[in-house]
Amino acid sequence: MPATAEPTLSKDVLDFINEWRDEPGNLIMILHRVQQEYGFVPREISLLLAKELDVPLARIYGVITFYHFFKLEKPGRNQISVCMGTACYLRGGEDLIQELENLLGIGVNAVTDDGEFSVEAVRCVGCCGLAPVLTVNGEVYGKVTKAQLPDILAKHRDE
Amino acid sequence: MGFQHYILVCGGTGCESNKADEIFRHLIREVEEQKLDEKVQVVKTGCFGFCAQGPIVKILPEESFYVNVVPDDAQELVTEHIVKGRPVERLLYREADSKKHARVDDISFYQKQFRIVLRNCGFINPEEISEYIARDGYAALEKVLFEMAPEQVIDELKSSGLRGRGGAGYPTWMKWNFTRGAEGERKYVVCNADEGDPGAYMDRSILEGDPHSVLEAMAICGRTIGADKGYIYIRAEYPLAIGRLERAIAQAKEYGLLGEGILGSDFSFDVELRLGAGAFVCGEETALLASIEGERGMPRPRPPFPSVKGLWGMPTVINNVETFANIPVILVRGAEWFGRIGTEESKGTKVFALTGKIKNSGLVEVPMGTPLRDIVYNIGGGIPDGKQFKAVQTGGPSGGVITAEHLDTPIDYEHLQELGSIMGSGGMIVMDETDCMVDVTKFYLDFTVEESCGKCAPCRVGGRKLHNILTRISKGQGVPEDIDKMRRIGRAMTKASLCGLGQTAPNPILSTLRFFQAEYDAHINDSLCPAGKCKDLVHFEIITENCIGCGLCARRCPVLCISGERRQPHEIDQERCIKCGECFAVCKFNAVLRA
Ligand SMILES: Cc1cc2nc3c(=O)[nH]c(=O)nc-3n(C[C@H](O)[C@H](O)[C@H](O)COP(=O)(O)O)c2cc1C
Ligand code: FES
Repeated sequence: MPATAEPTLSKDVLDFINEWRDEPGNLIMILHRVQQEYGFVPREISLLLAKELDVPLARIYGVITFYHFFKLEKPGRNQISVCMGTACYLRGGEDLIQELENLLGIGVNAVTDDGEFSVEAVRCVGCCGLAPVLTVNGEVYGKVTKAQLPDILAKHRDE
Repeated sequence: MGFQHYILVCGGTGCESNKADEIFRHLIREVEEQKLDEKVQVVKTGCFGFCAQGPIVKILPEESFYVNVVPDDAQELVTEHIVKGRPVERLLYREADSKKHARVDDISFYQKQFRIVLRNCGFINPEEISEYIARDGYAALEKVLFEMAPEQVIDELKSSGLRGRGGAGYPTWMKWNFTRGAEGERKYVVCNADEGDPGAYMDRSILEGDPHSVLEAMAICGRTIGADKGYIYIRAEYPLAIGRLERAIAQAKEYGLLGEGILGSDFSFDVELRLGAGAFVCGEETALLASIEGERGMPRPRPPFPSVKGLWGMPTVINNVETFANIPVILVRGAEWFGRIGTEESKGTKVFALTGKIKNSGLVEVPMGTPLRDIVYNIGGGIPDGKQFKAVQTGGPSGGVITAEHLDTPIDYEHLQELGSIMGSGGMIVMDETDCMVDVTKFYLDFTVEESCGKCAPCRVGGRKLHNILTRISKGQGVPEDIDKMRRIGRAMTKASLCGLGQTAPNPILSTLRFFQAEYDAHINDSLCPAGKCKDLVHFEIITENCIGCGLCARRCPVLCISGERRQPHEIDQERCIKCGECFAVCKFNAVLRA
């Protein structure tokens, strides 16, 4: 978050909250919307949500930390998710993570110093027929070999 | 007005990731530019299932099956195939052992399949409700609204013998009947689209390829049990499926097939999506309900079952995507027809995601009772790279392995259970001789330990203990007593855990111990990994006599620990070697020994 004086909820997020305000069980859907907006769930925003929805901050954090999908740290500009589902594991998903570490100098759940890339391991993205699979910002790459990784990185670095 | 040709482009996630959308747009542009729009329709469909060959383009009525297509092929396909009537030979699919091109019906990948659930996948445009309707879509709902009493629907499901496809195989009619009979101000229908088994994507493909079949079935369920609201709990990792569902719901409302007063009757039913957030345990039904309620997805003890106390304490039916997708066909074609497919105890078909070390990896639907051998060899085309078949894993982290000697076992709920595995949701992962059973089992335990919600001690502590033992064994530090200890802990977890996650977490261990104990023993007694997979137990050496000193391995080594003069035998510095196996993989002269 930039160091502005008062963080505020963007209009889109507020609209979403208003739409969902009276729906029971809305918290997870609202957190999805927040993460879509910011790439993660910033603490300031959680504080605002707690006020806005009138729920304790602890409950919001309880939910965020239970679910792997929600992030508390800002991810890289390009988010690389390497599939570590069974099919991808058997076909060398681990080697991709190792090679990314060689190329980027970071392991799983870390961000490069320049903020360009972050790497995470995810469970099956549902393209097991194309194992091993990785996604960059949601774009799926199938049958990935180590040799292709430099090109994939270069492509997204330039975008 | 009909078209002379239909060009079907696979729009499943797998093919989309390989530019299927661009192929689709190029084809449309070609068709327009060549002024063929009145003769040819280009359609983007759901998954064809043959994911290993994607992106796939099918042209009807010729049934030509084009594989590994790239966007630049669009022009040739239109000019040659459509205009000149000459198939584009180089893109047509060929069976491995034949030079002949196969029509769709002749492809062995499809021959032993029987498509009920996937009947529309790959045939219709999932973003167009009219195409679903044209194939008998919503006919079952109409029948249920105007011709059948709720009891008749339940009777029909009962005589069809349909059992849940989400894992446990519970008879669907019983669930519906209990919920129908339960007291509650409001009732709910929930579709479990959490698909947590890593390595499985049946539900994703159904939702992407035929979303209306699930919506229709949920409405039928609502009518039968007396609910007016349904939720689909779907993984956030499935954006394409979410998009198609949202579109399908909007179209169904527009057509009066969802919403107030469906088809002019007094029945109203609405469906809403709720997104999962990457927690495997949320596939368990009580945890799933907690998650829809916006809470941490922790399971709770059953009873009370959801059919009595479910969502917000109200009676709720929870069924899996594939279970729902079976229902409209059963009601249209009749329970008797359905009951003729499959085996005595397991009726109908099952969709499997066939993956791992298999040539034709993809989505297959076969009648219950099909022998595993047919799936692996006839449909799957066998093991690639001339390797030996070792085992098939079904049921994911809750399941077990089936070995070569049991390849002729008919696949149904009962037989799989006898073998110590389970049907599960449909993941079917083939392993070859280079896969180590200790390693794969450790992989599953990694998974369950990470995904355990921590609420009950047997699962939280037992899982961790098992994982520690497996880690030790894979490092060659196991002791003979470990085997018994794992069996004991496993039995305790099975008995005492709160939910299915902990109860089934030891299955991968118990099952591999049953069939592959020798492999565990080799790790423990001889510090040996027979498959050469466990890094701490293998080492790499250069066989001096075979090494010609080409230097390829030295250039490939990520830690530069191989040295040697050009044209002289090289050497590996064992101290620095990280055992990545890269040298073993690249050497063309069999000069690297893996031991
Ligand atoms: C840990 C765990 C994970 C589960 N994951 C799923 C899942 O991803 N999809 C699913 O349909 N059922 C899953 N189930 C089974 C459900 O609890 C439930 O039995 C099923 O959704 C019922 O639907 P059915 O009767 O149509 O099979 C899971 C169960 C457990 C214990
Ligand atoms: S296991 Fe990687 S996509 Fe399914």
